[in-house]
Amino acid sequence: MSISVLLVGMGLMMVAAFFLGRGRSLAVAGEQRLNSLPSFYGILTALWSILPGIALLGLWSIFDSNLIEYAALKHLPEALQGAPESELGLVMNQIYNIANDKYVGEAPVYMIEAANAIISMQKQSAWLQGVIVLAAMFIGAAVVWFAINPQMKARNRVESLFRVGLLACACIAILTTLGILLSVLFESLRFFQSVPITEFLFGTTWSPQGALRADQAASESSFGAVPLFAGTLLIAGIAMIIAVPTGLMAAIYLSEYAPQRFRSIVKPLLEVLAGVPTVVYGFFAALTVAPLIRDIAVSIGLNEYVNVTSESALAAGLVMGVMIIPFVSSLSDDVINAVPQSLRDGSFGLGATPSETIKQVVIPAALPGIVGGILLAVSRAIGETMIVVMAAGLAANLTANPLDSVTTVTVQIVTLLVGDQEFDSPKTLAAFALGLMLFITTLALNYVALHVVKKYREQYD
Amino acid sequence: MTEAALKEAKQPSEINLESGPDAGEHQTVGAPFHDNAKITVRNVDVFYADKQAVFDVSLDIGKNEVIAMIGPSGCGKSTFLRCLNRMNDTIDICRVTGSIKLEEKEILDTKIDVVPLRAEVGMVFQKPNPFPKSIYDNVAYGPRIHGLASRRSELDEIVETSLQKAGLWNEVKDRLHAPGTGLSGGQQQRLCIARTIAVSPEVILMDEPCSALDPIATAKIEELIAELSENFTIAIVTHSMQQAARVSNRTAYFHMGKLIEVNETEQVFTNPDHKLTEAYITGRFG
Repeated sequence: MSISVLLVGMGLMMVAAFFLGRGRSLAVAGEQRLNSLPSFYGILTALWSILPGIALLGLWSIFDSNLIEYAALKHLPEALQGAPESELGLVMNQIYNIANDKYVGEAPVYMIEAANAIISMQKQSAWLQGVIVLAAMFIGAAVVWFAINPQMKARNRVESLFRVGLLACACIAILTTLGILLSVLFESLRFFQSVPITEFLFGTTWSPQGALRADQAASESSFGAVPLFAGTLLIAGIAMIIAVPTGLMAAIYLSEYAPQRFRSIVKPLLEVLAGVPTVVYGFFAALTVAPLIRDIAVSIGLNEYVNVTSESALAAGLVMGVMIIPFVSSLSDDVINAVPQSLRDGSFGLGATPSETIKQVVIPAALPGIVGGILLAVSRAIGETMIVVMAAGLAANLTANPLDSVTTVTVQIVTLLVGDQEFDSPKTLAAFALGLMLFITTLALNYVALHVVKKYREQYD
Repeated sequence: MTEAALKEAKQPSEINLESGPDAGEHQTVGAPFHDNAKITVRNVDVFYADKQAVFDVSLDIGKNEVIAMIGPSGCGKSTFLRCLNRMNDTIDICRVTGSIKLEEKEILDTKIDVVPLRAEVGMVFQKPNPFPKSIYDNVAYGPRIHGLASRRSELDEIVETSLQKAGLWNEVKDRLHAPGTGLSGGQQQRLCIARTIAVSPEVILMDEPCSALDPIATAKIEELIAELSENFTIAIVTHSMQQAARVSNRTAYFHMGKLIEVNETEQVFTNPDHKLTEAYITGRFG
């Protein structure tokens, strides 16, 4: 039974369970009043039928390939059965290729035998799977069907099943975060076994392109991440210098001064800015802004005093700042709007002008929320990759000169992992360590931001 | 008795209550004018976009008088009150026509500066709305923006006298730098009154100042209004007729945007001139 047929069968079974459950509830009700509407009995029957089915289907899919492989091993010659894992893996791969008709050339007899065994077992397994899943669905439905009586609280049970389902969905996000964090953490620990954590955190030279093999001629690798963090902070700082005042002022204008019609047009437009793909900002930064900044710097003679390059922190920071403006303005606009009108009235009633009211009443009242929004924007700026990859450069300079090229944590992660790499060298593992640092930084920023926003909310409710 | 007749018997003067008095022959009854007027209102209409909210109101508010404005919800009394210090400017679609004079000065003139006007005509709102600042800064807010104090000590003095006048000084003198939002509802409202007094206005407008307060806090505010009337002219909008009767010299009754009757408070509550006023104060609607 192929999987698509099985899925259709499961669907039909579920629908049937619904109608059976519903019919049963009506039949047992007789003169009595049912505890819940008949459809709840139907839904309950259908859910108790489909859930065991899905669970079994999932478990089967996870384990059956392992079982089949284990059984296929019995067809191999004794000499091979004790072979090391890597060699065995290669053989199994060939066997699977034969089974799937992808093998080119003559195969040894034992392999063809094993392949045939696998094919027949796969067929059996598929049939067995279909039968067991459908049987489980039938049993599930039958158990509920027999349990249905007018006093059964079907409505409450459906409710709790839905709650469990929603909880499961919520858990997916949390577990994914946890999984990523753990995998990054363990790879980072491996990295710190070969490179001391103090060198990584405090070293000022970043040059990961050391020799991959003993016979290669290359300089010694060095993993001091300070230039990367400095570059990240420089670019994020420039971005925030652009984004915070502009975004905040835009939000103040939109929420306090703009006529309703203007606001209804401009606010969505501003939010479109947030929808522009970052790669578009990236090539805009690299091809338009960066050369422009270099030309201006050269034309006013700055290149005689400092290093001026065509890939600069300033270009990346400026464009990133523009990208973040809608982020800051939208969040600030929300919190400014949440400041009660009565506070503005109170201030106007004392003869304050709108700008005095904004400066002394509205902004202080909205400040925690605004700070929260800005912190979220900062974590966005630190994690941003595309713009800096294209416009900031790769040279790990430790400099405060915004016209020089710098590199960031995210750019280095990209360059460390792009291309053919060995996955156990410090070079690739360094990417995980950088990722971990980035993860911790943005997580901390988000945590603080959410905390600040939450504290603010309590003030007016 | 038929059903229709029953209905009529229950609501005797219903005919005019729903449609309101006719705009054409509308005339305020009683004594809307005052010999010693602080504010002179003539033929004021207020519109929200196309909808007229206040119809042809003419009224004098006398010096050091407490005038109460009563009427059913939506009758335009708050809207009218907000005209007196141009608070309706903050609503885009609101338009006010007619003439309102503060002594000799025309308030509705678009050329006048609302900032000094609002310093002269202060306002206390329905819900206590202290700024999220300290008690001291709340009271000092007005004097600071108007530059009323040149030295710290002067400001301290203004804050102290304002809080004393608002009857709050003894309760807060030890925690002037605690946040104003931490006070109880009644204290917050008195703080808002202190804040208004601090810019030494001549007129104080109060828009249902006790509607969010419990009876004890309300009693304190009412006491305060009586004391303040020695120095200030007070116009108060209220839903509580007992409150109007307790605190005011004159009472104005609004109905569907029209000023129906203005009279001495005692007369309004014992022997009103207009049948709509009578219907309202006897609780037949509203």
